[in-house]
Amino acid sequence: MQEIKREDLIAKAAQLLADGTVDRVIGWKKGEFDYDVTPAVFTTKEELENEFVWNDFCGANFSKYIKKEAEKSESKVMAFLKPCDTYSFNQLLTEYKFDREKVYVVGVPCNGMLDDSKIKESASGISSVTEENGKVVVDTLYDGKITLERADVLAERCANCKSKKHAAYDELLGTEGEVLDSKRFDEVEKLEKMTPDERFAFWQNELSRCIRCNACRNICPACTCEKCVFDNPASGVENKAISDSFEEKMFHIIRAFHVVGRCTDCGECSRVCPQNIPLHLLNRKFIKDINGFYGEYQAGAEVGSRAPIVDYTKEDLEPSEAVERGEENA
Amino acid sequence: MRKISLDKLDQLFAEISSKSALYIPVDTAAGAKFEKYDGTKKMSDALNTVRSAKDFFFPQTENLVDFKVEGKTIEIKETVKEDEDFVVFGVRACDVKSFEILDRVFLADPVDNFYKNRRDHGIIVSMACTRPAETCFCQTFGIDATAPAGDIECHKTTDAVYLEAKTDKGAKLLKSLNALTEDADASAVEAQKAQTKEVFKKLPLAGLDASAFGDGKTNEFFNAPEWKTLSESCLGCGTCTFVCPTCQCYDIKDFNTGHEVKRFRCWDSCMYSDFTRMAHGNPRLTQVERFRQRFMHKLVYYPTNNEGIFGCVGCGRCMAKCPINMNIVKVMKKLGGNK
Amino acid sequence: MQVNEFKPLIVAFCCNWCSYAGADLAGNNRLNYPAEVKIVRVPCSCRVNPMFILRAFQKGADGVILCGCHPGDCHYTSGNYYTRRRMALLFSMLDYLGIEKERTRVEWVSAAEGAKFAATMNDFVEKVISLGENKRLEDLRCKK
Repeated sequence: MQEIKREDLIAKAAQLLADGTVDRVIGWKKGEFDYDVTPAVFTTKEELENEFVWNDFCGANFSKYIKKEAEKSESKVMAFLKPCDTYSFNQLLTEYKFDREKVYVVGVPCNGMLDDSKIKESASGISSVTEENGKVVVDTLYDGKITLERADVLAERCANCKSKKHAAYDELLGTEGEVLDSKRFDEVEKLEKMTPDERFAFWQNELSRCIRCNACRNICPACTCEKCVFDNPASGVENKAISDSFEEKMFHIIRAFHVVGRCTDCGECSRVCPQNIPLHLLNRKFIKDINGFYGEYQAGAEVGSRAPIVDYTKEDLEPSEAVERGEENA
Repeated sequence: MRKISLDKLDQLFAEISSKSALYIPVDTAAGAKFEKYDGTKKMSDALNTVRSAKDFFFPQTENLVDFKVEGKTIEIKETVKEDEDFVVFGVRACDVKSFEILDRVFLADPVDNFYKNRRDHGIIVSMACTRPAETCFCQTFGIDATAPAGDIECHKTTDAVYLEAKTDKGAKLLKSLNALTEDADASAVEAQKAQTKEVFKKLPLAGLDASAFGDGKTNEFFNAPEWKTLSESCLGCGTCTFVCPTCQCYDIKDFNTGHEVKRFRCWDSCMYSDFTRMAHGNPRLTQVERFRQRFMHKLVYYPTNNEGIFGCVGCGRCMAKCPINMNIVKVMKKLGGNK
Repeated sequence: MQVNEFKPLIVAFCCNWCSYAGADLAGNNRLNYPAEVKIVRVPCSCRVNPMFILRAFQKGADGVILCGCHPGDCHYTSGNYYTRRRMALLFSMLDYLGIEKERTRVEWVSAAEGAKFAATMNDFVEKVISLGENKRLEDLRCKK
């Protein structure tokens, strides 16, 4: 259940459309099922009333759409942003990807989003997903109503939410949250404690499922190259398919490396992966290392901050020490 | 019709796998997946595998030929091998139907030898559905999930698996398993079929109608203004095409290993910016055109070239896996006037 | 005595201003280092992006070493400082993926350190020989 009601969001959007502050609204559109939600652009109150949705499945990050819409016209576009989305928003601004003046941000508090694939593990033939007394109630074709604990079907990234505080907004609905003390590096640490052989086996197994659909790259708010090196036949590394297990590793190392210091840990890569590869564990390793080697840094916490990868001090640790330090932690 | 009790299923698998490679759907942390039977694996009850069964006949990558250049001579190394026989067990009706759609592409003149080789050596043992998901809409395309066909058709009840040969290839395999199976009448199967058909009527997508699309509808839909709004949220990733059992577009590429050149083909996706890129550039400049291509191909172009048969089997994989939940059902509803 | 037949392929990225000159000095002084070390000259160690390292492994390298000017001595003032951060993160990631950490190394070698260059290469090659063939970052298609 989310703190702010759908009606309040529609009223806010309708008001901004009516008073001419904005002429487009980026929001979520309902689909065939309760969990079937698509990002969309709304231009009228009627569209909003008919199709706008705000529920526990509005996880999609709007960064790609904000960038696209801001380039489209001179007028302002409004976007509803959850706390985690605002970090991506700031990061894009840091990289001058769009004009801040063209976007009106309405911050929406978020109580965590559900992962429909987790729900599907315990329910098949889903007719509806609702909430009763803080529990998730799934109505199914076969087994009637199934009640699930919210914590069990919460998306991984939401279970390890780093912040309920909006890093940017023009207007905030509801109350401002706090930056949380999350346990998001626990999984990374667990892997670090394994032996190299175990780690290799773990990643070999995970990455071998990759089908190179590029969903992780295309959804990534930080992946904003006009032309990706992996799409460029002249680069020599273009690969449309997994022809060898080497290519899986290369693609995922480079993908994660390319967003070092820019990744806000929004978790979209893992959410969209059709093969459930825990891609966020690669990104989080880099974030954890940055924090450990060069001091705490949260990409997107503020506009204009300098990422550690494009900075240095004379006393930085040597690459050999970096690897040894990992070992001490183990 | 033959039957085997569920507790003897492992013996059946052992028997089949002793003669040829056997693949069965197994549960993994990342959903169901076809894996080679090794004597220990248990068959998954999942409705469908994450990746479709097309991989068996049209794998994601495939080495076509190797070239070795030395001085002024080029040595051409054939890499095609005559495949060994294999059996795929537990293929659902939608995926079985997808082979027919692929056949019309790869077995039409000029015949694709790589595909044909695998088709000739593969035996499909299908499995009837009993618990379709809300994302299933195979009935829209006239597929009866309770009668999946294939070489051998299977029905799993609470205590047994019923098997019925549908082709000569299937009959031969089934006959070789006679020692393990017993004769059975079809009453249990028929009862289950009737029950499942009732479920199908209740599915949320049961009323989805494809009749607005099909043969010769290119002009009607090509310039529809709806494509723009429909494609608005598309990220241009290839998830839908890669989990799709009927997507059959591929690219042929060369890889320089440093000592020879490997020519391979790999799945391509019409959602990608470099799909069908030519010397002059790409004919589809924006995601609107790329998005339209995929759905027009399934709903209009393919039927136009194939006596009205649709290029979609309603398996629902794209619905479940699209990162932003845009899919063929939404396209059909928007363009085809479905409510 | 058993003879180790394994001859590793080592790719050494050397910056033009210090390490490449250091390698030259090693040669001029007739200092021995294994012929398996193949030097790729780069304008600055900072020119090497992670893809270079992975590509070297793909094409058959068993070890990759990156040599640049000592921190503070970069011909372009600060290039090697960036290299240092980049490689610290990359090597840590390779280790995280279970790839032997001894296969990659960064070493600072000045133009005057011919002896250090030779000693570094001898040591690195020995280390890679003890690890054996690169299996975890190999591209099977590139194997002969």
